[in-house]
Amino acid sequence: MYSRAYKTIVSAPPLLWIALFLLLPYALMLAHSFWAVQDGALVHHWNLDNYKKLFTNPLYAQVLFRTMRIAASVMLCSLLLGYPLAYYLSFHSGPRKELLYQLVIVPLWVSYLVRGYAWKTILGSEGVLNGFLQYLHITHEPVSFLLYSPFAVVLMLTHIYTPFVFLPIYASLEHIPRPLVEASQDLGATPASNFFRVILPLSIPGLLAGAIFAFLLSIGDFLAPLLVGGPSGTMIANIVQTLFGAVYDWPLGAAISVGILLISISLLFLTERLEKRWSFK
Amino acid sequence: MSSAAIPQPSSVDANAPLLEVRAVAKRFGSRDVLKNISLYIASGEFLTLLGESGSGKTTLLRLIAGFEQPTSGEIWMSGERLDTLPPYKRRVNTVFQNYALFPHLNVRDNVAYGLRVQGVPKNEIPARVDEALNMVKMEEFAAARPSRLSGGQQQRVALARALVNRPQLLLLDEPLSALDANLRKQMQSELKALQREIGTTFLFVTHDQEEAMALSDRIALLRDGALEQVASPRDIYAHPATAYTALFIGQTNLLPGEIRGSIATCGALRWPLDEPDGPVLFSLRPETIRLSPDGMRQANEVKFRASVHQQVFAGASELLEVDCGAGQLLRVRLPACGPLTGEHEFVFSIADATRVAD
Repeated sequence: MYSRAYKTIVSAPPLLWIALFLLLPYALMLAHSFWAVQDGALVHHWNLDNYKKLFTNPLYAQVLFRTMRIAASVMLCSLLLGYPLAYYLSFHSGPRKELLYQLVIVPLWVSYLVRGYAWKTILGSEGVLNGFLQYLHITHEPVSFLLYSPFAVVLMLTHIYTPFVFLPIYASLEHIPRPLVEASQDLGATPASNFFRVILPLSIPGLLAGAIFAFLLSIGDFLAPLLVGGPSGTMIANIVQTLFGAVYDWPLGAAISVGILLISISLLFLTERLEKRWSFK
Repeated sequence: MSSAAIPQPSSVDANAPLLEVRAVAKRFGSRDVLKNISLYIASGEFLTLLGESGSGKTTLLRLIAGFEQPTSGEIWMSGERLDTLPPYKRRVNTVFQNYALFPHLNVRDNVAYGLRVQGVPKNEIPARVDEALNMVKMEEFAAARPSRLSGGQQQRVALARALVNRPQLLLLDEPLSALDANLRKQMQSELKALQREIGTTFLFVTHDQEEAMALSDRIALLRDGALEQVASPRDIYAHPATAYTALFIGQTNLLPGEIRGSIATCGALRWPLDEPDGPVLFSLRPETIRLSPDGMRQANEVKFRASVHQQVFAGASELLEVDCGAGQLLRVRLPACGPLTGEHEFVFSIADATRVAD
């Protein structure tokens, strides 16, 4: 047993950290969302106008909807890439497993910005991809939809978040006891029914964790749309950034943030319920 | 009764080999896990692969189930080449060491799994699952998740899940090793009764020689990847071919000695034996040595005096360590007889001293 003093000393720093850098900012944000701006200055005048604007101005709903669509696409694409990758590594990579695992992880060490600019270089009208397409005479002039589009945002975010999706899926696949897979084959399951009846159901907690990771990280992203999104790829976080930075309407920015936070928390809650339903101990 | 006139069901026809392992070897890297194993299993037989950990018994089981490929050799079942088939095409089912029940399925769905993936008609499945659960007395747990069951109950479900497919051959990989001693004894007798009742051929793997003796029609003893001896429990106990077998199965006294002029001499013990001269090794089971209270000796017996060195009371019997002179210690198992001290006369019959290879 640990002494009371020991427990206090060990738990104080993280609790203090959470209070200072998480709870306090959230409380401030929540307060701001009920305040107002008059003549370019913040006034502590409690009201619901900011939230009314969210529901009356169609721009916000439109951008929020686009953001959700982009986030959902990123989630789907990174699952489609990350799951097979994790499955291959966990079940069929043999002695190359460690090496391949490292190769999946290495991109995480490269700065987000560097990767963003790399995609700009690849997708631009003077970029690597367009040059290649013209060199092959597949196209005769630069393809413009590549850069500054929702497509580019999805591509870049998928690239960045696939390792985050891969990791929890890989962990849950690694946790499936191999005798279960052998028992399934032993009972007559072909590789396909083996996958769908045993491996997939038992990896659902990892799959859910990866999916929610990709979705939530994408919803809050503002750099990808800034770098490769263009006007048609603007996301909700860009609007928040503009409201805080350029327009100086902190209350409205805070109200949007609270909205995003509520969506995120409900999704996390839902995922946790689902994960519990699919975990067997 | 003339049993020959009654046609036996094919599943208990003891003459037909169901499975044949032909010169199978398995190598992992530079390690020879199995060396040139040849073995047959008769239809309806209960055969046990017995051996220490690392002897290759589980590897042989995995080769038959299809989870590993032999490096060389062939495995045949019912006239069909088995080792080239993937596991899901083999009419072999396995009961795994830690049961390997599917945690996301309840007992009923676990048992139904094999029938579902093999495409057995849907309307036949419930009846067969009920039958299998009934066989292992687990009907009342049909809706439970495996995690809610005790080890013994999981064991029964694993058995039902394998048997519901009516395999030609059931493989059991140390299925009782995770159970506590009492439950283990009980499961042993249930397993044996079940096997007799359904007549399915069982290939059972264990490191526990008592378990092997209690259950098997024949025991195949493995040592370092090679077959040491294959025989019925009584045979292998009474006539161990090697010192290793004699030591592994039951307890024994190994007596090194020599034969000269038709007399065998092992330390202080000597008896006539009409065999060529040379060094020999005998195995003498502790229970074949008796007290010789009247001092009389039959013609085919060996009598010797020894002092009791140590005595351990084991309920129905006494385990003695006796010194027959010059530090030659023998283990003797006597029916419970009360404390013994000092020198006594002991006797064993010559036939019980079994010659074994080194």
